[in-house]
Amino acid sequence: MSARGITPAFDAVDEVAHRVSTKLAGFLRTLRDNGFAVGLAEGQDATALMAAGYAQQASLLRSAFKHLFSARKSDWDKFDGLFDAFWLRRRVRMRSSISGAGSAASNPSLKSLQDARSERADSHAATDRVPSADDAPQGRGGEGRMEGASRADNLGEVDFRKLADPDAVAQAHVAAAQLARVMRTRLTRRDLLRRRGERLDLRRTIHKNISHGGVPITLVKRRRKDKPLRLVILLDASGSMSPYTAVFLRFIHGVLDEFREAEAFLFHTRLAYVSDAMKEKNAARALDRLSIMAQGAGGGTKIGESLQTFNRWHAARVIHSRTVVMIVSDGYETGDADLLGREMAALSKRCRRIVWLNPMMAWEGYAPEARGIKAALPHVDLYAPANTLHSLAALEPYLARL
Amino acid sequence: MKDRDEIAQALAASGYIADGELATAVSLMQLLKRPLLLEGEAGVGKTEVAKALSKVHATELIRLQCYEGLDQSAALYEWNYQRQLLAIEAHRGHAETIEDQIFSEKYLLERPLLAAIRRATPPVLLIDEIDRADDEFEAFLLELLSDFQVSIPELGTISATTIPHVVLTSNGTRELSDALRRRCLYHYVDYPDVDREARIILAKIDGAGASLALQIARMVESIRKEELRKMPGVAETLDWAAALVGLDVRDLHDAPETVHETMMCLLKTHEDRARFKPEITARLLGRVA
Repeated sequence: MSARGITPAFDAVDEVAHRVSTKLAGFLRTLRDNGFAVGLAEGQDATALMAAGYAQQASLLRSAFKHLFSARKSDWDKFDGLFDAFWLRRRVRMRSSISGAGSAASNPSLKSLQDARSERADSHAATDRVPSADDAPQGRGGEGRMEGASRADNLGEVDFRKLADPDAVAQAHVAAAQLARVMRTRLTRRDLLRRRGERLDLRRTIHKNISHGGVPITLVKRRRKDKPLRLVILLDASGSMSPYTAVFLRFIHGVLDEFREAEAFLFHTRLAYVSDAMKEKNAARALDRLSIMAQGAGGGTKIGESLQTFNRWHAARVIHSRTVVMIVSDGYETGDADLLGREMAALSKRCRRIVWLNPMMAWEGYAPEARGIKAALPHVDLYAPANTLHSLAALEPYLARL
Repeated sequence: MKDRDEIAQALAASGYIADGELATAVSLMQLLKRPLLLEGEAGVGKTEVAKALSKVHATELIRLQCYEGLDQSAALYEWNYQRQLLAIEAHRGHAETIEDQIFSEKYLLERPLLAAIRRATPPVLLIDEIDRADDEFEAFLLELLSDFQVSIPELGTISATTIPHVVLTSNGTRELSDALRRRCLYHYVDYPDVDREARIILAKIDGAGASLALQIARMVESIRKEELRKMPGVAETLDWAAALVGLDVRDLHDAPETVHETMMCLLKTHEDRARFKPEITARLLGRVA
């Protein structure tokens, strides 16, 4: 950074310093845009590094910055590309490691899925299944069906697919978020009232009774720490599920917001880890971030492959002994159904329970004929419909018993 | 950077064959006084980094192994209750003097974290498998790592005499908090490439020749490319190399049966073992050349 030998004019030094710091600030912004958690402290340390002579060589600076700014494996892997593109202007294809292939035009973003009206959604969904005719009269958001009852209650019974006007959709979203909250509070309260202490903690008993001169009057017992129930949700965001995706995204957003321990994944032709994006408090912003991450949503479904990815890379981290895995999918597998069966078997060995929610299940005349769902069902502990808010609410007692 | 090269040399001298970037990480640790978080699959030698580091700095290694339910009394300090009781019994009737006495340094049991900040020379503090400890412990650790002081209610605040070199390792059984990640420098320890793995074998296993070491490293690399449930780490490679050397194998091609039978050193699940038929071993051996 310094011109050795000659003493440069102070203005020039200031000029250089200014340019470098602007450039550095730009780099920090790029990193933040790419999901790095970079704070002020890191920026200061970066300047310190450059001052200490690390900036003399690009490879050295890259390596130093890599250690400083990365916080996890995904950061670590994409850092070199970002660095080269920014500082060396090498043409590196920058993209988030999770984004799928395909152009935006043929693959609608999740935001647009959320905004989708039911007309469009219906034309999307009715690929190979025609809903029964007697569903039709409830078509308009279930208005005025029950006198005196609240509108939210009404919505509870209506298939998500049938929600037409934007207000009703919004209300269903709010109800889904509320439901997630209610489920969470009941589950955790039940947790607290479990086991009493069963073993004597001798060290602490002695400690506690020093004030009695060592006579053990107060006994200290040891009890096992209860792990809170953890919920891992895998949501199918493929084309056949598109009428339901928006509502479930809101449900997941509510769950992640309220549960102490919950993780969410999205899959279509590949798997994406979305917990971080969904932890955004503002629902609309969370969905925005998601739409960037889940390009390719609305395409085919490779459940087996996605589960394989999950088992291989994520399961050890997100699954413990009190984990319920909730898969929301219609089970239309476009990949290898046998692979799905094998991966489901592997998954069922790992977690406490597998709940499979299938919105199509409530359709009249539906039978689990798709090859994917047939392969998966033997490993599923609870197979339930989830096309209305009531059917979602019905899950709570089941989860509470675990 | 001069000291970076020095560190790379010192690491090599200590017997740890480091990848190029680790020396940078170590020099940054000193420059920025931040802890180093090492992540990577099981058995890639994360713990070894800390051991090598203690040799580089010629200092003591203090290790805190994390587990679920680890709490302050096992990690930081604890009063020696038994001795306190004995003292009370022995000096019965002198209440005031006893109280001062039994809450003094003499009755304090140092646990790793307290020990690490009270040494005369800065030790290497290895906090192993931090992901196995609870969230609460992680939060507590975060506080300690930023302030480097401990307050003991009966004794007052103890400030660090030296700031230790802190190395944390994680296996990814639990997601660590962003706060802890931000506090640390990050280094991902990957499986070594063939050349480095061969050098590791040469350094650690007596009696392994250069050509055998290279063959073993190539073989292990191609095994890692197969679809396995549990990939063999460096520790497994070393076991296998030791087994082969012990069985007097000089060249892998001379003893394909022995190679296949000793594969138990590498494949640690029933499924992987069952999938690895002799033909697969033969095919991989063919590629090793």
